[in-house]
Amino acid sequence: MTDFKPNRRSFIAAAAFSLVAFAAAPGGAQTERSIVVASTTSTQDSGLFDYLLPIVKQQTGVTVKVVAQGTGQALDTARRGDADVVFVHAKSEELKFLAEGEGVKRYPVMYNDFVLIGPHSDPAGIRGMKDVGKALQSIKDQRASFISRGDRSGTHLAELNLWQDSGVDIDKARGPWYKSIGQGMGAALNTAAASDAYTLSDRATWIHFKNKGDLTILVEGDRRLFNQYGVILVNPSKHPNVKQALGQQFIDFLISPAGQKAIGAYKIDGQQLFHPNAKDAGA
Amino acid sequence: MRASVTDLPVKFAEVVILAGGVAILDRVSIDLAAGQPTVLIGPNGSGKTTLLRAAMGLVRASRGRITWGGRETSPPTRRAIVLQRPVHLRRSVAGNVAYALAAAGVPRAQRERRGTELLSLVGLQGLGGRPARQLSGGEQQRLSLARALARDPAVLFLDEPTASLDPVATKEIEDIVRSISGRGVKVVMATHDLGEAKRLAGEIVLLHRGRILESGRAQDFFAAPMTDEGRKFTAGELLV
Amino acid sequence: MQENASAVQLVLSGDPTLFAIVWLSLSVSLSAAFCAAVIGVPLGALLALTRFRGREPVIVVLNALMGLPPVVVGLAVFLALSRSGPLGSWGLLFTPPAMVVAQTVLVTPIIAALTRQTIEDLWVEYRDEFAAMNIGPLRRVVTLVWDARFSLVTTLLAGFGRAAAEVGAIIIVGGNIEGYTRTMTTAIALETSKGDLSLAIGLGMVLISIIILISALAWGARRAGERLAG
Repeated sequence: MTDFKPNRRSFIAAAAFSLVAFAAAPGGAQTERSIVVASTTSTQDSGLFDYLLPIVKQQTGVTVKVVAQGTGQALDTARRGDADVVFVHAKSEELKFLAEGEGVKRYPVMYNDFVLIGPHSDPAGIRGMKDVGKALQSIKDQRASFISRGDRSGTHLAELNLWQDSGVDIDKARGPWYKSIGQGMGAALNTAAASDAYTLSDRATWIHFKNKGDLTILVEGDRRLFNQYGVILVNPSKHPNVKQALGQQFIDFLISPAGQKAIGAYKIDGQQLFHPNAKDAGA
Repeated sequence: MRASVTDLPVKFAEVVILAGGVAILDRVSIDLAAGQPTVLIGPNGSGKTTLLRAAMGLVRASRGRITWGGRETSPPTRRAIVLQRPVHLRRSVAGNVAYALAAAGVPRAQRERRGTELLSLVGLQGLGGRPARQLSGGEQQRLSLARALARDPAVLFLDEPTASLDPVATKEIEDIVRSISGRGVKVVMATHDLGEAKRLAGEIVLLHRGRILESGRAQDFFAAPMTDEGRKFTAGELLV
Repeated sequence: MQENASAVQLVLSGDPTLFAIVWLSLSVSLSAAFCAAVIGVPLGALLALTRFRGREPVIVVLNALMGLPPVVVGLAVFLALSRSGPLGSWGLLFTPPAMVVAQTVLVTPIIAALTRQTIEDLWVEYRDEFAAMNIGPLRRVVTLVWDARFSLVTTLLAGFGRAAAEVGAIIIVGGNIEGYTRTMTTAIALETSKGDLSLAIGLGMVLISIIILISALAWGARRAGERLAG
């Protein structure tokens, strides 16, 4: 009767071993000094966090876990109490957030700029234009393919504002040429590259993006293309689980001279991506 | 000699067993007492299998009474049955016997020894390590016998154990059955083979369409059957 | 093609980021498969062996749940684990345990449904013998599960494979946080969206290798079962 015992024992032993080996692995890192920051996919795709967070950890000891979503989603995550800090770039939405009592105070941190990207062939003929409003009008008139993020992100809201500024009622004017994909900046750039279309992108993500295809920057520099970032501590009175002290430490670092210098020092291909402006009260 | 057999005699008193409105057994009265093997004969559908299963305790009587040693209920610890198409567990030969021994409550320390004994009894010694389902038909049937004997039964029910076997395998089975009977186990066996009935029976029960047509000592039956069907059967004709 | 070459280089060089991601993926999916088994195998066995009113509809629903869209599961678990949700006080959102929870929800119906099928098929075979040997209910369950163990191992591997391959649920509940909840599939999604295709391809190759390995293990389990049982 040798077949019965050893087989069963080794089977159970194998099962127990795998249980022990893998139960230990995914532990929640709840006891360390960490915070959850809800930020945007553009900021993540630009590579800023990969560069900045180790510096934050070194200087403050705080481990920052970034959940990257669209601006609207990031603010909603904070409203649900699932984040300690929000770090986004849509001032009107941020002010609304504060007005709801969801945040403590808004601090300006830095700005980057948007660029209008398009195919080398430039069917709408906008290359080199200084007025982004006219460029968008031209795209609409030519019914040139345009990719919109369509995800309530800071970039999307900026895009909608620009259409409005240029006198185009995009809801009425949109057609098959205007493709709203509901995804992040990287996905939008991928789509634009694959279909030779125009899109609005933040410069940082654009430089960092490795799949440019036939796309190039066609319009830049218009003041209306500047993109301001703000950071807000989620209100602990409303959400008691918010790690107030650690969150404030992160914010304090961002606006400190050391933090601002680090932000300004982030370069890709020799180009500075973010311009620190915490001192600019009106930003 | 073994301890007193408390399940015997197994008595059926006017037992009716219905299935889907049809009487599989129709007012059957029978007395299975210790002693020589009782062989049930009759065509397919005559109720042999149902009678065996009812005597084992697997099927309840719709009407009438079945008693074991005078009791209306009796746990099946000292009874065993070999079904018509036995299914072996997906284990080795030895594993199957060990399982049966464990199910019968034999303590772990004794199982190996008892298992080896049982395999020798049925002539399967040396095949202990083989996967049970890889055995030939005859070998599988012998394994079924070993499993049944693991329960140390006082009564052993066999449902056409040699039905699909060749003559060599059939003889092996019949020899084992004879030796079991010789050790004091009451054997109740169904068959539709006239020769086998002649070879093994001490007592004959002729079933037809759920009824007992004839029963009695084998030599009396074979010498002078009393019914038409009995005469047909002993003449080697097919009963329908 | 250049991306494929650098992807292979990345894998072979033993890049620590890559292997941290692989390790996290394996531990999350294995834990989920294990939890799903602990719940799903007894559930499936119970369903196979008991008879109650409404049993047929339950089986139909269970089979349908095998096709639960991962994003839907992700959304449901996200809402449950959010601070403003019913289980918010556990503080699990955006952590690996949340991913294990989501994948467990996804995989349990698969394991339960397949277990039910396996056990029921074997039960039909063994039923008469169990009756003949007067085997009690507990021993019947143990015997069925043990004798079906190779098929059940295949089922578990199928569950693990499903967990390892999905991205919709864990990206929502895990948040794809670098170094904490970024797994192979979520990293592939991210790196693709960043246009960094060589890392994405490298991860893809590792993931496919793992899936092929699982398939080989399942095949091996079936063969072992056949050899032992005959």
